Amino acid sequence: MALKNYTFLQICQMLIAPAIVATLKMLVISSVLSTFFGFFIGVALIVTEKGGLCENIVVNRVLDFIVNMIRSFPFIILMISIIPFTRLVVGTSIGETAALVPLTVACTPFMGRIFQNSFKEIDPALIEAAQSFGASKTQIVVKVMLKEAVPSIISGLCLGVINLLSATAMAGAIGAGGLGAVALTYGYQNFNQKIMYSIVVVLIVLVAFIQYFGDWIYKKLK
Amino acid sequence: MIEIKNLKKVWEDGTSVLEDINLTIEDGDIYALVGRSGAGKSTLLRCINGLTSYQEGSLMVDGCEIKNMKEKELREFRRHVGMIFQQFSLLERETVYQNIALPMQCWKYSKEEIDKKVKSLLELVGLTDKMNVRPRNLSGGQKQRVAVARALTMDPKILLCDEATSALDPKTTNSILDLLMEINQKIGITIVIVTHQMEVVRKACNKACILEHGKIADEGTVKEIFIRQPESLQRLLGEERLQLPQTGHNIQIAHLVNGIQDGEFFGKMSKDLHYVFPILNGQIQEYQGDKMGIFVINVDDEHLEQVEQYLDKKNMNWHELHANMAEKDEEGEE
Repeated sequence: MALKNYTFLQICQMLIAPAIVATLKMLVISSVLSTFFGFFIGVALIVTEKGGLCENIVVNRVLDFIVNMIRSFPFIILMISIIPFTRLVVGTSIGETAALVPLTVACTPFMGRIFQNSFKEIDPALIEAAQSFGASKTQIVVKVMLKEAVPSIISGLCLGVINLLSATAMAGAIGAGGLGAVALTYGYQNFNQKIMYSIVVVLIVLVAFIQYFGDWIYKKLK
Repeated sequence: MIEIKNLKKVWEDGTSVLEDINLTIEDGDIYALVGRSGAGKSTLLRCINGLTSYQEGSLMVDGCEIKNMKEKELREFRRHVGMIFQQFSLLERETVYQNIALPMQCWKYSKEEIDKKVKSLLELVGLTDKMNVRPRNLSGGQKQRVAVARALTMDPKILLCDEATSALDPKTTNSILDLLMEINQKIGITIVIVTHQMEVVRKACNKACILEHGKIADEGTVKEIFIRQPESLQRLLGEERLQLPQTGHNIQIAHLVNGIQDGEFFGKMSKDLHYVFPILNGQIQEYQGDKMGIFVINVDDEHLEQVEQYLDKKNMNWHELHANMAEKDEEGEE
């Protein structure tokens, strides 16, 4: 049956609503995973840099190179080139679960940089003060650096999540659903402007919501 | 007791920061490390609690060599050495209470112990009513009080102050110094103050060491140094020094004020010697409660010997100031 036989409401129920759920699912899971891994990358980058808590230039350079390398990949190319890795991790290379792997891989270095930059802004004298009363390195990272940097980290993570949202649109290329896939196949390729633009509207609302939510938390914490 | 012997520190690029440092800081001292920026005073301070290392010589605190301490020993050692900083170094997102509690939390003290200690320290620094306020709502002086309280949480034997009053106005500086002197008296804590402010040295410290280009230029009790006025001190005083006339001899006289009116002394001297001389400068400065008068008079060649003999006879501390010192000083500036 052709698409035009359905009412807009039915299209919303059948296509757009499940797409929103799929997108949010990918978004939330890959955000949590990439924030988690990004935290360790950010900490590793900041403590190994020159004058850091565990100065190690070699580790720092290598990590820095890897982060830059992954970040230079256009997402669609990254997704395809790590298919063997994806298969290794989740057992399949198509579908929503498979999309989580490249999404997380692509976003982790970005989140890592966000943590690194937020930690960088912390006054070195504060770290020195913590050292002066005998705080351990872990305590300095958790009780001083992380605690002080939280507002700045939150606003950075917000950027990362919005970045991820646009990346999920491309996940349709490996058979994951979501708003991007629907907009492309049912909207663009089907010459259905109504579907295409309604999805654009949904995306605008999502981005605005994430941004406002981030700003609100930032203000609360600052 | 802090004993430093032949200490030497070199930066990674080979430039020397500290050389031939020999000094002893006794328990209960308020010891000043003074010098211009770049003289190495803050670096020396950081050697005392192991925040920075040194290559040669020894630095013993109560008989323990800092250089030989392992990471863990060093952390344990730092519990007994408090430190405060120029920019206060407080966690901006935490309340005053949490800031003061932080060191004890790191050392896993019980909640009750922390609460008791923090409240007693808040009382000591006079900030009990600001307990739940964040540092950004405090004035500079109040912030430094919080930092002092934080530094005292684990009953340290030594308190290191790195330019702790440099960011404060004179009145607040005085109140912080009063606080430091009070805790020095009350708990007998040894205080090492790094500063470039001579008022701080005069007011609070009993001993001082002047550092110039990483070396000790002078050392001794504060009163003795200020009476003797060595060149290194005069270079430090810089702006405080007056323009001296090029003719005649400028003689500086320093003595503790003990009832004798200084004006009378010079009047009497003038009468005894039948010689009228101009007084170029006169001021009374406070040294840990004692007052000392410092005067500069100008004497011509003819009367110089006479005046010198008179001053010696009256047991006055005096020495000649050189008018061209200011020019020499500028050459020395990088």
